[in-house]
Amino acid sequence: MDKTILAAENLCKNFGGVTAIVEVSFELKEGELLGVIGPNGSGKTTLVNLLTGFVKPDLGRVIYRGSEITGKAPYRIAELGIVRTFQMVKPFYQLPAFKNLVIPLYSPRVKKLRGGGYGDRDDVAIDLLEDVGFERDSFVPYKIASSLPHGYLKRLELARCLALRPDLLILDELFSGMSMSEVASTLPIIERLNSEGLSIIMVEHRLKELFRIANRVMVLNFGAKIADGSPRDVMENDAVKAAYLGSEEEEDA
Amino acid sequence: MDCRKIMLPSIIIYGLINSVILALIAMGFSLTFGISGVANFAYGGFYLFSGFLVWMLLNYLKFPLILAIMVTIGVTGLLGFVTYWVILLRVRGIALSEVIATFALGVGILELFRWMGFVTYEFTLPYLKKGMILIAGVPVDYQRLFIIGIGLGLVLFLYFFTHYTRIGLSFRGIAQNERTAISLGIKSDRTAALSLAFGSAMAAVAAIVILPLGIISINTGYEVLLIAVAVGIVGGLESVPGILVASLILGYAQVITGTYFKPEWMMVVYLAAIVLVLGIRPSGLFGKFKELEERV
Amino acid sequence: MKYRKERLDRGIKARCEDIFALSSYREILYLAFPRVLPVAVLLILPLLKDVVGLYWEKVLMISCIIALLALSWDLMASVGLISLGQALFFGAGAYITGFLNHAFKLPPILTIPLGTLAGALFCTLLLSPVLRLRGVYFAIVTLTLPLLLARFIETTKILGGTEGMSGLSPLPDIWIEMYVPVLALLLCLFGFRRLINEDYGLVLQGIRDNDRAVMSGAINIYWFKAQAVFLAGLAGSFAGAFMTHYNQVVGMAAFAMDYSILPLTAAVLGGVGSFAGPTIGAFILVPLSEMLRAVGTLRVVFYSAILIICVVGLPEGVFHYIRRKYHQFERMVEVG
Ligand SMILES: Nc1ncnc2c1ncn2[C@@H]1O[C@H](COP(=O)(O)OP(=O)(O)O)[C@@H](O)[C@H]1O
Ligand SMILES: [Mg+2]
Repeated sequence: MDKTILAAENLCKNFGGVTAIVEVSFELKEGELLGVIGPNGSGKTTLVNLLTGFVKPDLGRVIYRGSEITGKAPYRIAELGIVRTFQMVKPFYQLPAFKNLVIPLYSPRVKKLRGGGYGDRDDVAIDLLEDVGFERDSFVPYKIASSLPHGYLKRLELARCLALRPDLLILDELFSGMSMSEVASTLPIIERLNSEGLSIIMVEHRLKELFRIANRVMVLNFGAKIADGSPRDVMENDAVKAAYLGSEEEEDA
Repeated sequence: MDCRKIMLPSIIIYGLINSVILALIAMGFSLTFGISGVANFAYGGFYLFSGFLVWMLLNYLKFPLILAIMVTIGVTGLLGFVTYWVILLRVRGIALSEVIATFALGVGILELFRWMGFVTYEFTLPYLKKGMILIAGVPVDYQRLFIIGIGLGLVLFLYFFTHYTRIGLSFRGIAQNERTAISLGIKSDRTAALSLAFGSAMAAVAAIVILPLGIISINTGYEVLLIAVAVGIVGGLESVPGILVASLILGYAQVITGTYFKPEWMMVVYLAAIVLVLGIRPSGLFGKFKELEERV
Repeated sequence: MKYRKERLDRGIKARCEDIFALSSYREILYLAFPRVLPVAVLLILPLLKDVVGLYWEKVLMISCIIALLALSWDLMASVGLISLGQALFFGAGAYITGFLNHAFKLPPILTIPLGTLAGALFCTLLLSPVLRLRGVYFAIVTLTLPLLLARFIETTKILGGTEGMSGLSPLPDIWIEMYVPVLALLLCLFGFRRLINEDYGLVLQGIRDNDRAVMSGAINIYWFKAQAVFLAGLAGSFAGAFMTHYNQVVGMAAFAMDYSILPLTAAVLGGVGSFAGPTIGAFILVPLSEMLRAVGTLRVVFYSAILIICVVGLPEGVFHYIRRKYHQFERMVEVG
C-alpha cells in the first residue's frame, strides 16, 4: 500500500519575531514510520502542534487522507485519528494512572470504534496500561499520577494516545526522560504498532534507536527542512552533519 | 438644518471627552492586568475610595485642593501596594482566589461607604477651575478640557515610563515573559505590587478629574468597574492601543445614541458592544489572549 | 525535641472503605449518619412550621434557594469556569417565568419548569462564545452580564422596565412553597455529586485541570463546558423561577449583586468542589444574615470580609474541615 495518509504543504509559522517553521512540506505514506530530528529549538514541537491543530499555521496546508484539516480544532483532528503525545507530559495529576485513560475513552471516537458494549472503561484502561508496561498486578496503575516517576508518565502519554485507537500517531520526544531500560522496553511496542500498520511520526533525540526503526528521517534546522530520506542517506548528508550531528556526537560518546 | 450644524461639532467634542473619560477609567485596570495578570476587581472600590478621601480631606481637615489630591493619589497607590502584599501574595496564581479576593475587597469598600452614610447629594468634588469656553460654537467647561489634557498626558507619561525608566522597563519585561524577566533579576512580586499600586493610583487620578462632573455615589463604584471591564473586553484587556480604540468606539457610540435616541440608551451600548465583540473575537479587538498558543 | 502534627484515618473509616462496611450496624451508621441527618432535618423542618414559626420557615426556604445558586456556582467551578454572576441565571429564570405568567397567564406548574429550562438555555447561549475564555476572562464577563441586562431592561422598558411585573399567580399552597425548594436542593445536591463522580465528571474535572490533554483525547471541551453551564443554569434558573411565584412579582432586583455574591460566599465558606460545602455554606450564611438584618448594608461588608478571610486564610472551607475531623484524628509525633 502506497497511499499518502498525511501531507503538509508549505507550512510556515512565526512567533512574533521568531521563525519557528519555514516552508516545510512533506508526505507520509500509510504505515510508514517517519523520524523527525533537529537541534533544540529547530521547530519540531511546533511542527507537531501545527499538524495537530494546537497552533494555527500562518501559511500552508495540512491534508489528511485527501481532505484539508488546516486550522481545525485539536479535538476534531484527534477525532479523525491523528493523536499526539506531549513533550512536556500532561497527565491529570490528581487522578490515578488508569483514570487518566478514562477521559479519552469517554470520547465519541472510542464509542464509535469500540461499539457500545466494550465493557467497563476502567478495565479497558488497565489493559491499555499493561500494553505500555505498567505492571498489571502491582499498585502502579492505581497510583496517583503525580506520584509516578517521569518515565511512567511518558508511557502514560503513549497509553493515552493508544486509548483512542489512532490512525496516525505523533510522538514528541517520547524517549527523553526515560531510562535506558524503559527505552528498551518501549521501543518494541512502537515497532509492533508500526508493523501492525499504524503510521507514526516520531520526533526524537535518541538517534540510535530512531535510526534503527525509522523508514525515513526528516531533519529540521532553524525551522527549515534540510534533509529528508532514508536513515542511511540522512546520516551521510553533509548539511545534516554540520547542523546537527557534529554537535551531537560529543554528547553521545 | 441649523440644528444639525451645531450638533456635529458638539458630537465630535463631547464624543472625544466621553472617550477620554472611558479611557481614563479603563487604563488603570488594564495596566495592572497587563503587567501582573491580576484582574483588580477592587478597582471600582479604589476609585470611589479616592473620591471620598479627597472629599474628607477637603471638608474635615480643610486641606488645600492640590495637597488633598496629592495625598489621595499617594494613599490610593499605597492601598493597592498593601493589597498585593497582604492579600494577593498569598493566593497568587490561583485565579479563583485572586478574583474572589479582589472582588470581595471592592464590594467591601463600596458597601462600607454606603453604610457610613455616604449616600446623599452633598458629596461633590470641586472643579479644578471654574468657567467655560466656546469651541466651534460648543460650550465646554474647563474641567472637561482638563480631563482631555490629563488623559493625553497620562498616555504619554505611560509610554515614556514604560520605555525609558527602570521600573517601567521591568513592568514590560514581566508583562512579556515573567520567567525570563525573573532570571534577569527583575523581582516579580515587587513588580506586581508596584503594578497594582500604579493601577490604583491611576484610578485615583481618574476619580479626581472625573468625579467633579457629577455627585459621588456608591453606584458609581460598580459602574466604573463595569466600564473598565467593558472597555477591556472590547479592546483587549492588556493592550493599551486596544483600550484607546475601544474607548473611542464606545465613547462616540454612546454620545451618538445619547443625542439621537435617549440618554438612557447609552448604557445599552456596552451590552451591545460586549455581545458583538464576544461573538466575533472573544479576546477583544486587540487582545493577545490566545487560548492555545502557549508552549506545549 | 520537635513535634509535628500527624493525621491518621480512624479505624472505622479504613474499615468502611471495603465491602465489609455493611457487616455491622456501627459501620453502616458511621457511613450513613452524615448523609441521612441533613436530609432528615431538611425534610422534617417544614413539618414543624408551628414550632419554628413562619419567619424561620421562610429563612429555610431562602437558604435552599441560595444553596441552589451556590451548587450551580460549584458545578461551573468544577469545569474551571469561575463565575461572578450567578444572578444571571437567577434573573433569567425569574424573568422568563414571570413573563410566561404575566403575558400568557400560564399557571405556575407550567411556568416554573418552562422558565427553568428556557432560562438555562438562554444563559448557555449567551455564555457560549465566552466558553473559550479561561479563568479571569470568564469571570469578568459573567460579572458584567447581569448588571448590563438589568440596565437593558431599565432603559428599553421591556418586561415591565423598572417596575417589573407584579400581580403574578401565587403558589398553590404553603406545603408546595416549603417542600419544592427543599426537594429541588436535595435533587441537585445528590445529582451533582453523583454526576461528578461518574466518568462524565472526570471529563469535566479534566477540563478544569488540563484542558489541552482533554482536547487531545478527542473530546470537544466546549460542548462539555456548555453542558455543564446548562446543568448549572437549570439549578440557578429554577431558583429564580420559584422566587418569582413566591414573591408574585419579578423586577430588576432579580439581577442584583446579592444573588451573585451570596452564593459565591456560601461556596467559598463551605468549601469549593464538594457540593456539600456550598450547601452548608448557604445554610450558615443566610440565617446569619437574617440575624444581621439590623445592621443593614453592613451585611455585605461582612460577606466581603468572610470571603477574603476564607480565600486567604481558610481555603479548605467548613465542609472539608468537618469531614477531616470526622474521618481522621490528629496526634503529635516527635521529629528529629
Ligand atoms: N508559543 C510560542 N511562542 C513563542 N515562541 C515559541 C512558541 N513555541 C515555540 N516557540 C519558539 O519557536 C522555536 C521552535 O521551538 P520548538 O518547536 O519548541 O523547538 P524544538 O521542539 O525543536 O526544540 C523556538 O525558538 C521557540 O522559542
Ligand atoms: Mg520540542
